[in-house]
Amino acid sequence: MDFAIEAHGVTRRFGTYTAVDKLDLRIPKGTIYGFLGPNGSGKSTSIRLLTGLLTPDAGTINILGLDLPRQAELLRTRIGYMTQRFSLFGDLTLIENLQFIARIYSLDRKLMKARIAELLELYELADRSNLLADSLSGGQKQRLALAAATIHQPELLFLDEPTSAVDPENRRDFWEKLFDLSDAGTTILVSTHYMDEAERCHYLAILEAGVKRADDTPQNLMNNMKANVVEISGPNLRQLKQQLLSVPHVKSVAQQGVQLRVLVDKQVVDPLDYIRAATPGLQALHLLALVRPSLEDVFVTSTGGRH
Amino acid sequence: MRFLGRIAAITLKEFRQLSRDRLTFGMVVMIPLIQLLMFGYAINNNIRNINVGLLDEAQSFASRSIIEAVKATQVVIITARFESVQEAEAAITAGQVRAVLVLPRDLEHRAANKASQQALGQWLIDGSDNIVSSALLGLRNMPLQELQRNFTQQSTPTFEAVLYFNPERRTPVNIVPGLLAVILTMTMILFTATAIVREKERGNIELLITTPVRSLELMLGKIIPFILIGLTQMTIILSLGHFVFQVPINGQPLQIVGATLLFISASLTLGLIISTIAKTQLQAMQMTVFILLPSILLSGFMFPYEGMPVPAQYIAEALPATHFVRMIRGVVLRDASLMNMQADTAYLIGFTVIGLIIATLKFKKSLD
Ligand SMILES: Nc1ncnc2c1ncn2[C@@H]1O[C@H](COP(=O)(O)OP(=O)(O)OP(=O)(O)O)[C@@H](O)[C@H]1O
Ligand SMILES: [Mg+2]
Repeated sequence: MDFAIEAHGVTRRFGTYTAVDKLDLRIPKGTIYGFLGPNGSGKSTSIRLLTGLLTPDAGTINILGLDLPRQAELLRTRIGYMTQRFSLFGDLTLIENLQFIARIYSLDRKLMKARIAELLELYELADRSNLLADSLSGGQKQRLALAAATIHQPELLFLDEPTSAVDPENRRDFWEKLFDLSDAGTTILVSTHYMDEAERCHYLAILEAGVKRADDTPQNLMNNMKANVVEISGPNLRQLKQQLLSVPHVKSVAQQGVQLRVLVDKQVVDPLDYIRAATPGLQALHLLALVRPSLEDVFVTSTGGRH
Repeated sequence: MRFLGRIAAITLKEFRQLSRDRLTFGMVVMIPLIQLLMFGYAINNNIRNINVGLLDEAQSFASRSIIEAVKATQVVIITARFESVQEAEAAITAGQVRAVLVLPRDLEHRAANKASQQALGQWLIDGSDNIVSSALLGLRNMPLQELQRNFTQQSTPTFEAVLYFNPERRTPVNIVPGLLAVILTMTMILFTATAIVREKERGNIELLITTPVRSLELMLGKIIPFILIGLTQMTIILSLGHFVFQVPINGQPLQIVGATLLFISASLTLGLIISTIAKTQLQAMQMTVFILLPSILLSGFMFPYEGMPVPAQYIAEALPATHFVRMIRGVVLRDASLMNMQADTAYLIGFTVIGLIIATLKFKKSLD
């Protein structure tokens, strides 16, 4: 298979703190690859390493056949990068911003006009094209940033939390655009901490504290999870939760409305019986059911089950 | 008493932040220190060692003793000898010497004949710096011990003086061109420095460095608009000076623009270097002030170069503003050309080239 990104043992330290620890990645061309991880897990740092903005302390990185950081300059025109923080110019209008970026990427003058019009149309910004970028809403800013990052039709697109300010409805539209780009052959690496967004990726890496904990398709991650999920409904859930937390093979307990979601280690053969036996607070009127794992369960198990 | 506790907490926090921001911390100490030292040096108006030339037509015992007496004042230092008045005037125009002492052929006769009421010699003085010219004018009445017996009652001045370029000794004439240097220093350095630092602060730089734009391109692209701003400022200052304060514009427009462009370029590269060091706009501003103060005090704009002690003169020589003050006064007031002032011209060109190289090398396209 042809890989857009290959990284081996990539490590980056800030002082004594290791932000990215021995990261290995192989991302096939044309896929949408997600980084799922909590705040400070090293998503942005990884992306900066892969775009050549930061130099790794150890490890090798090969992007589109080019070695980083040595050949970083050759890579510039072939990748697009949407930063987590809005990094276009707030004191320029939308059009001026896009024109600036287009000129930086040396787009042909005639092509430029058409391309900007096309992007403004595509990202539903045409009616705002003469507003200052600062006056846009968070979601609009992110659409503008995506437009800017794709203006030169890069082969590989890095998106750092592109929808953090987008509501769920618009997030779906945003992802439609990403699938269109992917269909057209663009490889996309996207970081997120939204489960619904992670679930849409072709492949997913779960990061925690700079370490990649798991890496597969969302489906496989859920199927191969090292825990079973038990849902408990009934009265006194708060007290029950405290009891469950001290049960040895219970990895995590989370309340979801009128239910408790309990992750039980997979080595327990019959998790329902196990819980019934180990939890004195359970009464006959409590209902227990084994349910399908969600991506959030995968996330919780792979990041060490924080209660 | 809760409010006192809150105030103390804030004070502690500010101190902590300050102690982590080394640059601001350094500036807090350095600005008053340096300012004090420079004022201390520069206000010393006891001017010594002004470069002057000599045109000794007499070549006699009297002329030699007068020269020794003039030297003994330590106000001047004779650095050149001329054969003709034309030669002497050319050297003044080029800024080579500040004045020339002319001792006429009939010096012996004048010295012997006190009744004639004639001055012994003549000072040809560059009037484009008032403080220097007044120091030289102070020599007019210097007593001459050697010839004292001839001048028992000194009623005539020892020398007469001719002031070139600013005969009425009006202040605006030498303030205005100098002001151009100060204003350009301030705006040019500050604008470029903050322009790049602002982008670091706002995060724009992360976007810029992932694009194909090169460091030098970014640098040059940033400074070009400021060149135009600088030339506009020059036009405003000189026009106002000319029409409001009657400052003579004796130089060729091309020479004026040329000198100004050289200085703008040097200042802009200085701004770029600052922008690669400063992390915040505040730091950039402080560093600009750090350059601006000596540029005002030591460049010769406020106090003449000749009045400064040697260490201050070394600092002055390093500042682009010093060279520009010399050049612009020379060009505007004395109709000198850049060719007349090759050393200053070369310094500004060299400063710009080296500065641009340093800034480009220091500006790395990475976030490391
Ligand atoms: N320039 C830096 N200097 C020092 N530490 C840094 C730097 N950049 C990142 N870090 C540290 O590295 C860790 C990972 O940061 P990173 O920004 O990659 O996290 P993230 O996964 O993108 O988080 P978020 O979801 O909040 O954006 C954090 O603990 C952060 O403090
Ligand atoms: Mg981040």
